[in-house]
Amino acid sequence: MANIKDIIARFSEKPGGLIEAYHALQKKYNYIPAEAIKEAAKIFGVSEAQAYGVATFYSYLSVKPRGKYIIRICESAPCHIAGADEVIKAFESELGIKTGETTPDGKFTFELTECVGQCQGSVVVTINGRPYLDVTPEKVPAILAEYS
Amino acid sequence: MIKEMRIVLRNADKIDPQNISDYIAAGGYKALEKARNMKPEDIISEVKKSNLRGRGGAGFNAGLKWSFVPQSETKYVVCNLDEGEPGTYKDRTIVEKDPHTLLEGMAICGHAIGSNKGFIYCRGEYPYIVEHLNHAIAQAKEEGVLGEFDIEVRMGGGAYVCGEETALIESIEGHRGEPRFKPPFPGVEGLWQKPTVVNNVETLANLPEIITRGAEWYSSIGSSTYPGTKVLTLSGDIVNKICIEVPTDTTIREVIYEFGGGIRGGKKLKAVQIGGTSGAFIPASMIDIPIDFDSMRNAGFTLGTGAVFVMDETRDIVDVVTRIAKFFEHESCGKCNPCREGTFRCYEIMKKINQGRASSDDLEKLQLLGRVMSKACLCGLGQAAPGPILTTLQHFRHEYERKLFLS
Repeated sequence: MANIKDIIARFSEKPGGLIEAYHALQKKYNYIPAEAIKEAAKIFGVSEAQAYGVATFYSYLSVKPRGKYIIRICESAPCHIAGADEVIKAFESELGIKTGETTPDGKFTFELTECVGQCQGSVVVTINGRPYLDVTPEKVPAILAEYS
Repeated sequence: MIKEMRIVLRNADKIDPQNISDYIAAGGYKALEKARNMKPEDIISEVKKSNLRGRGGAGFNAGLKWSFVPQSETKYVVCNLDEGEPGTYKDRTIVEKDPHTLLEGMAICGHAIGSNKGFIYCRGEYPYIVEHLNHAIAQAKEEGVLGEFDIEVRMGGGAYVCGEETALIESIEGHRGEPRFKPPFPGVEGLWQKPTVVNNVETLANLPEIITRGAEWYSSIGSSTYPGTKVLTLSGDIVNKICIEVPTDTTIREVIYEFGGGIRGGKKLKAVQIGGTSGAFIPASMIDIPIDFDSMRNAGFTLGTGAVFVMDETRDIVDVVTRIAKFFEHESCGKCNPCREGTFRCYEIMKKINQGRASSDDLEKLQLLGRVMSKACLCGLGQAAPGPILTTLQHFRHEYERKLFLS
């Protein structure tokens, strides 16, 4: 809790710093814990409902615990026609989970996302923000092996 | 062989973007120095005369936009790097290869409107660009080239709507990224109610060369009503998936076949969607028009961000448009009813058609709904969302009809 307070306090003087604070919290915990939203509301002088509203508006912020590594696969039109559906199936079968779920060991969360701006290499997957380009179902095991 | 013309990307792959002395050695920050010796109103009139128009998609004269900014103690320059339009990666490329061109452009804008504080709003999908920019800003501060002008980078959270300028401002203020009612426009009342100029990365990155070489030089390049160059990003079924910068009188055909190397696997072109995922679908028979804003608009198309998404003859148009409808249903912020409900219903009807459960009645409803949304939605997201549906109903209606349920 002390930690949460410290992280948020770093941004208290920054106008509009609430989202920056959320990014920092998420970097540490991989999600925004409920007590952090309460604390942020106090520090930034908004209601808890407003602080929660901000945390849940942005798809990159999460109020639910997630895995250590967040795998996102782009399903926008360029990746869609390049075969994103097949790559999604490959990740699901390799990880043993469906999109939106986290592996039981808490290591991987698998999410769908919209365009990540790397369309020169569709299908695109990002793991904790790092892009992997031209991903095919065959490449999935090797990509996951990097995180074992 | 037709060639690129590089203004915004003039230093790309020629200098080390991590090293400010490379940029300075290539003539960098000289334009800012020149601008500082000019009267602010002279800079504005020079930019106005150059007819540089917004490269984010709206195509508004940049100098004119600046001229609306009233006298005020505090003003802001905001750079829109929330490049969320699917198929677009130009702003990332510009900043990755030459971050100081952007910083210099922002400082020039700052001097012109009398602002000493700039924000770059970078999308959450580009955390590495945030680091890259912070590194460049630190170097610029150390060198003292920006003078009194301060630049801060803020990171978004993966919301497409934040590319809309007032939603972007809300997000910098730490709120939900929901668009505001206009007027007042940001130029009068923007960030923290202060006058704010919001410009796209590519618009700002054009400024150093415009100041150095003058308005006359710039306005003579490319098309007469939308002069200069446009940075385009090629994706989909095209041989070269690359980022190029071409004069604005280049035709779509030249972009696809000269620069793009044609369609992959020797197939034929079926359609090209230009401007991002809200852009019109252009049939292969209509690609002999120049890419400039007005030529595209007059043909019923859009230039938008300059994303060029190519689909070959085997692609299922209805399936792609269904995917796009899902995108808008997901990205609608929910503030206004026509968009919240409209994007939901568009996706619902598109799914029905794509699954072979629809009748011709549904096509009529879809068309009516699209027309209502394009007029009634609060911001550009909802207004543009039905674009792919309406243009494919116009140019590829047979693909819809073939999927209708025949009873």
